[in-house]
Amino acid sequence: MRARPLLTGLLVPVLLVAAWQAAASAGLASPQALPSPLDVLLRWWEYLAPPEAFDPAQSSRLGWIFSGELVGDALASLYRVLLGFAIGTGLALPLGLLMGASDRAHRLLNPLFQVLRPIPPIAYIPLAILWFGLGNPPAVFLIVIGAFFPVLINTITGVRHLDAVYLRAARNLGAGRVTIFTRVMLPGATPYILAGARIGIGTAFIVVIVSEMIAVNGGLGYRILEAREYTWTDKVIAGMFTIGLIGLAIDTVMSRISRYLLRWHQELER
Amino acid sequence: MTAHIVVERVGQEFRSPGRTVVALRDIDLTVERGELVCLLGPSGCGKSTLLNAIAGFLHPTSGRILVDDAPVVGPGPDRGMVFQEYALFPWMTVADNVAFGLRMKGVGRAAARQRAAELLGRLGLADFGDRYPKDLSGGMRQRVAIARVLAIDSPVLLMDEPFGALDALTRASLQDLLLGLWAELERTILFVTHSIDESIYLADRVVVMTYRPGTIRRDLRVDLPRPRDPSSAPFNEIKRELAELVMTEQHRQEAAERGGAARD
Repeated sequence: MRARPLLTGLLVPVLLVAAWQAAASAGLASPQALPSPLDVLLRWWEYLAPPEAFDPAQSSRLGWIFSGELVGDALASLYRVLLGFAIGTGLALPLGLLMGASDRAHRLLNPLFQVLRPIPPIAYIPLAILWFGLGNPPAVFLIVIGAFFPVLINTITGVRHLDAVYLRAARNLGAGRVTIFTRVMLPGATPYILAGARIGIGTAFIVVIVSEMIAVNGGLGYRILEAREYTWTDKVIAGMFTIGLIGLAIDTVMSRISRYLLRWHQELER
Repeated sequence: MTAHIVVERVGQEFRSPGRTVVALRDIDLTVERGELVCLLGPSGCGKSTLLNAIAGFLHPTSGRILVDDAPVVGPGPDRGMVFQEYALFPWMTVADNVAFGLRMKGVGRAAARQRAAELLGRLGLADFGDRYPKDLSGGMRQRVAIARVLAIDSPVLLMDEPFGALDALTRASLQDLLLGLWAELERTILFVTHSIDESIYLADRVVVMTYRPGTIRRDLRVDLPRPRDPSSAPFNEIKRELAELVMTEQHRQEAAERGGAARD
């Protein structure tokens, strides 16, 4: 980014933080309701930094850097998101290709999915706890559900929107059924699939925070709820800030991946 | 010369609730090996339907189609198709598009790439192998599509209004390119067009089709030496004759459209 747009973009946030600091310093709100940005920043650093001084006998330097509470929470949440997203996508992709390509498969499975799809993943929480207890399994299960439907629906749409002339050309050139799936339908549907994946990982990120608040003793969602119980408002805000940064990072990575995978696509032409 | 494509009493009906369109009725057509035949007619006359039936994309309601004495049962690389809308896979590079059919035949990656590079060179696209179709003009895309069917060595080339979407100059240059390849490679070509000039310029025989039901109205041999001069008297004599036939069908098509028949 050029210096000027960057400065323009920073203007509003800086003013807002300054106003917040001024309000907090003037004592307009109690620290429990709204701690000052400086307090939040200090708390964030405390949350991020390793709890003990570096000791080579205890751990490697990398292990020490990652020993802070926040790093552990963030990695735990990210692990759940990525695992659940991978499983959800891994189930949705082949099913979506099949349902997009075959009218019979679509007629067979679509009614079921249409009924299940409007149920928000959050509504599965009681069932997830009954089935899987507490900890990672129910959280990952909920994330799988959150990621599954957007990818499924978009894959079906992507395959159905594929111009039939590509299928004809492929068959004309001697491609068999499997090749048509892997080299024509799958790449042809990628613009839709990636849009679905982006929605899916966004949903997964929402679901991970909620499920950690309810069913897991760890992760960013658990941590900010725990901090509320001690009325550590500064830590709650520091945790929210971290969640925002990680969400932004995930979206940026997804958008880079999309750009690379769709480098052939007409609409990306500049 | 021997018969390469034989179409016998082929009929094709498309049924939808409440109406039946007879796209083809009693089509008899024989194309000799190495011949270049143009199917000419207004839109809706069934010429693309006939081509698609020969390609194996649809199964005629009646009659049969033989290619090399064997009945057509489905699409296959022995009848390479060039589409009006190019149909290049946009997610593959130009070289991968050309190599695709070879890979399907079990040719190794390196050998397929090598052959693709040769063909792209032959068609003046040597520097574009690593580009994507979106980077190419229409004329270049259609040259890639031609390279793609040449790669699989189809004895029959089926071309469905391949130059219909191109500007006049690009079209003229691709017509000459096609005639050059045809003379060199001795393929049988069935070429669908609605341009009278194009059909006379290219074809050994021009087959004029009628608007619904699609039948063969006239099968005319063009005995002019190549390269043909579209401004010459004999060329224009043929053109007058064909124009009269084609325009009659065109007017029938327009009348039917005014009468509410759906366009295909």
